[in-house]
Amino acid sequence: MQFLSDNSDLLWSAFLTTLSLAVVSGLCALVLGTLLAGMRVSPVPPLRGLATFYVEVFRNTPLTVVFFFLAFGIVQIDLQFPSRFLTAVAALSLYTAAFVCEALRSGINSVPPGQAEAARALGLTFGQSLRQVVLPQAFRTVVPPLGNVWIALAKNTSIAAGFAVTDLTAALQRLANANADQLLAVFAAVVAGYLVITLPSAWLIRVVENRVAIVR
Amino acid sequence: MSTSVLFDVPGPRARRRQLVGTVVGGLVVAALVGLALWRLAANGQLEPDRWAVLFDPASGVPQALWEGLLNTLAVAAVGMVLATVLGALLAVGRLSDHAWVRIPVGVVIELFRAVPLLILILFCLLFLPTVGVPMTAFRALVLGLTLYNMAVLAEIFRAGILSVDRGQREAAFALGMRKTQVMTLVLLPQAVRRMLPVLVAQLVVLLKDSSLGFIVGYVELLRTARSLVEFFNFSFGSQYTFQLYVAAGLIYIVVNVALSQVARSVEKRTRRSAKAAAAADVELPADVQMGGGGAPTGQA
Repeated sequence: MQFLSDNSDLLWSAFLTTLSLAVVSGLCALVLGTLLAGMRVSPVPPLRGLATFYVEVFRNTPLTVVFFFLAFGIVQIDLQFPSRFLTAVAALSLYTAAFVCEALRSGINSVPPGQAEAARALGLTFGQSLRQVVLPQAFRTVVPPLGNVWIALAKNTSIAAGFAVTDLTAALQRLANANADQLLAVFAAVVAGYLVITLPSAWLIRVVENRVAIVR
Repeated sequence: MSTSVLFDVPGPRARRRQLVGTVVGGLVVAALVGLALWRLAANGQLEPDRWAVLFDPASGVPQALWEGLLNTLAVAAVGMVLATVLGALLAVGRLSDHAWVRIPVGVVIELFRAVPLLILILFCLLFLPTVGVPMTAFRALVLGLTLYNMAVLAEIFRAGILSVDRGQREAAFALGMRKTQVMTLVLLPQAVRRMLPVLVAQLVVLLKDSSLGFIVGYVELLRTARSLVEFFNFSFGSQYTFQLYVAAGLIYIVVNVALSQVARSVEKRTRRSAKAAAAADVELPADVQMGGGGAPTGQA
């Protein structure tokens, strides 16, 4: 315990890094993923193709490889992220957006066709029917899968540690190297850090799910 | 896609608008790609002899990449077998009638699902040696992947077993089968059939996750590319860096797309067969594909 309180500063800032990494990339991924889902069901074939291509590529690339490219690859085309943190945010958002898109698309498919037909019959355009009729219902049905994507994202932030972001996992590696005798305490503290994010999220998702679920 | 309910079939005016948009968008994309290529060319990255090294056996690069790919596949294969077997056992354990089996198994599943995979691998790599378990990067990676994926697979199997129609179980009991027989002869075969697409998808995730070996120092594909780069940097400067990374990334994508295609064809086949007609309504959960596991409470 003494040992943990000695390093509480490092652990606390690492925890905050992990949390902000997850929250910022989660929001970016949500926006990007929604756009992609809209593109995937849109009337314009090239947009559909582009979104499908994006999703296929990112779903089949390990997150480590995405990180790798953003950290070491894009320097070759004279691009660079201003900080390691932003590199990690970009990698996590780009990767997670593909899964957000898939979750949302299944939600859009689960909205009864009558809703979209009625919207069209009322003369709403594609954008209007998607924004005002289909997506609001889709979002309500995909709360559980989106929640799972969020929890997976929170756990995936640990990969940023391999690319010089001082998150919980990096703190773990640092403390473990310095204090071989305290390994269990270090692991317990770090795992607890992740659980503090994931367990309340899981609970919150269930609450929200029960709140917004559509009984048909 | 004229069957989509979200929009009307575009008329002549909309089609013209779409055409204009497509051409303009295409030009923008082409310009961006061109810009990237131009920067690459300006940095000398497109010169043929830089790429030739990837295919030149004399440089040792193709062999090394092949070796890296084999190492990746080796970890993934061992992990897949172990995780599937253990996952099935855990799933049966979690559905056991005896609380003393059910509860500990439940705790194990929840624990391993809730912890990030990288932490599990680091735990195996850093902690287990201190209690006298000999550890290599390979073993730590396999163990981490196995522990994590067996928990995820256990949940998949459990969902499959629970989705088998209740009548099957009742009929089996009515025929006088024992609990073990009901499980192994009636429920599991149907459950595996039904969950096969999800199962394969999770195994693809396992393969993807084996790239974490890069972080813990196992010489898999990505780490091979990195060390080749370091080697070449030492002797020739950084002229091959980009090519090697692109090669490693492409190999990953090709292998994973191939495996995903297998998953898709398996799904189609199970869907076609009359015996598993109900398989069509098993949706692939998004989180299963994402490689992060699901909610740590098992409610997913």
